[in-house]
Order: sequence, then structure tokens, then C-alpha cells
Amino acid sequence: MSIIVLAIVVGAAFGFTLDRVGATNPNYIINMLRLKDLHLMKTIILGIGLASVLTFSGITFGLLDVGNLSVKTAYIGVLIGGAMLGIGFAVAGYCPGTSLAAAATGRKDALFFVLGGLVGAGIYMISYSWIATTGVFGKVLGGKTTVGPITGADYSSIIQSISGETIGIVLGIVLVVIAILLPGKKNEAVQAA
Amino acid sequence: MVLSWKAGGVLLGIVFFAAVMLVKPIGVSTQFVIFDGILWSAVDSTVVQKSETAKKGYASSNAYLNKSGGKYAKNVANPINYSFVFVLAMIGGATLSALLRGGVGRQERQMPVVWREKFGDGVGRRYLVTFLSGVVVLFGARLAGGCTSGHMMSGMMQTAASGYIFSIGMFLTSIPLAMILYKKEA
Repeated sequence: MSIIVLAIVVGAAFGFTLDRVGATNPNYIINMLRLKDLHLMKTIILGIGLASVLTFSGITFGLLDVGNLSVKTAYIGVLIGGAMLGIGFAVAGYCPGTSLAAAATGRKDALFFVLGGLVGAGIYMISYSWIATTGVFGKVLGGKTTVGPITGADYSSIIQSISGETIGIVLGIVLVVIAILLPGKKNEAVQAA
Repeated sequence: MVLSWKAGGVLLGIVFFAAVMLVKPIGVSTQFVIFDGILWSAVDSTVVQKSETAKKGYASSNAYLNKSGGKYAKNVANPINYSFVFVLAMIGGATLSALLRGGVGRQERQMPVVWREKFGDGVGRRYLVTFLSGVVVLFGARLAGGCTSGHMMSGMMQTAASGYIFSIGMFLTSIPLAMILYKKEA
């Protein structure tokens, strides 16, 4: 039962955070993608970088079980699917997680996005057998792959000479620095001039 | 009202780290499939059934629900599992946050101002377009095996190659498209 309690606590914290960082607001998403207001981009990149530093530090110091990591397989469909997601993301200003959270904040267009999402997931579910025959699941870069080898994890890696934990911390710091260096909100008037 | 990027980023980072430390990386889009499966089983009880031979103890007549030893089939049959409850709690957390900050304005609830300025007040048009966007986004997310949460954030924080590939694909279409669609006339 404790796993369900964790689901409630972490899930609620995630939903609360999504709303507080502005990710439930399609204006922020669309203006981020238009490169007009990188506030949300800075937030997300800082979040990924910090999480990476904490996670790989945690593994190094034995605070975090490597078995909790879950690296997804890399295949051709990841790129195609990502590109498809990007289309709807730009048009609507929602992605799967933020649409549910935005609908919860009272946004009605997000509710229609969620309904469409259920249809899209359903179409995928029904057409899966056929999709599997097209070759889009062909693995790239070794499938379940991380940048460096992580001790105790069963993933292949791109670089062999440096430990995956060190790379995770370094890449995390790089992302934090990128988040700091990215410009904040650009002035529309200055842009037009 | 919206947190600074520093405070927001730190909070987001802690949540993603806490999820991995306590259970597993955050992901959302799979649960659209699980919800579909629950609806489907409600109208056709033969879709997901117990199976002695399946690795996870459940099998489905649908190839997607049946994959990975019936992993999704099992979650459809038992919705009180970590990943599904996580998403329900996420909806709850967002509701709570919105209530505490006074919610979203009446006009903004129909469509974001950035859309209204460009494409006008038509409610039907916005709802139809967001519905169709949802179709494309969730189909794409399932094809990719994850979404912005599972692939981009959780993936990149683990230095997963798949996370980088997904992010490249996503920004390759989303940035040019948003720039063209929402271009402000001079």
C-alpha cells in the first residue's frame, strides 16, 4: 500500500509544480517555442540539470538504487513520434502531462486535447500490430543506452572511458549553466525594432 | 503568480529526483492507453483476461496491451497501481494549485490569449484544433514510447540516448511551427 501513498505524494507534488512553473499555461509553452519568452525553457532545463546532478550524486553516495533508473529504448520511432508530438505541442500548447494538469485548472480547450489524446492513444493501440511491421522499432545507438556506463545498470553506453555517474553529474552542471545563460523574456518592442 | 525560473526549476528538479529516488522516473502518456484499456474492458470484458502463461499474469487480445508479458494488460485490470494513481494525483495537485492561486480567468479558460490574438474568438475552432492536436500528440507519444515527462525530462536526466533523440524530434517540428503559426504581423 505504501507504493500508492508515494504515488499520491509524488504525483500531487508534480501536478502542483507543473501549474506553479507555468507549464499548464499554453501562452508560456507557445511563447517558449516561438523563442519569445524562454522563462519556461530556463525552468525546464534547470530542472533536468538539477535532477541529473542529484540523481547521479545519489547513486555515487549510495542514496539511490541504480535499479530505480529506467532508461527507454532508442529506436527510429522515438524521433518520428517526437516530431509528431512537437506538431500538436506547437499548435495547442499542450503535451500529455500538462494537458491533464491544465484541464484540472479549468481550461476547457485542454479537456478537448485530453479527449483527442485518448482517441490518438486508442488509434495507436489498435494499429500497433501493423506499426510493428514497418520497421520503426529498429533500435538505434544500441537501444537502451546512456552516454556513459553506469555501474550496476544493464545499459549500453556511447562513451566507455568515463563513468556514467561522472558524466551524469557533468552533463547536469552543463544544463544548469545553459539554463542560467539563456536569455530571459525578450522585449517585443525591441524585437520589432 | 508563476514562480521565477530559479525557484520553479529547483522545485521541478527536486520532484523528478524524488520520483527516481523513491520509485521510478516520472512518465504520463502511457496512462492514456491504460485509461483507454479500462474503458474498453468495461464494454468488452474479454479484452483483458487473467493468464497463467503471461509473465505479468494478464493477457490481452490487443497486441499493444499484451506486449512486455502483459504489463499494460495487468495495469488495466488493476488500476490502483503506482503509475495510474500517480497521474490521478497529478491532476489533483494541479487542481489544488489552481484553487490556491484563484484559478484561470473566464476568457482564458476557453483559449489562451496568444491563440485568440492570432485566430480570433471562435470557441469551436479552438476546441476542434486542440482535439486534433491531442490525437496527433498522443499517437506520437505512444510511437515514441514516452512524452515530454518520460522521454525529455526523465530521459535526459538519466543521460538516456532516447531522451535526446526524442527532444531533437520534438523541437525540430515544434519550434519552426510555433514561429510560423503564431508570427505577429509587422
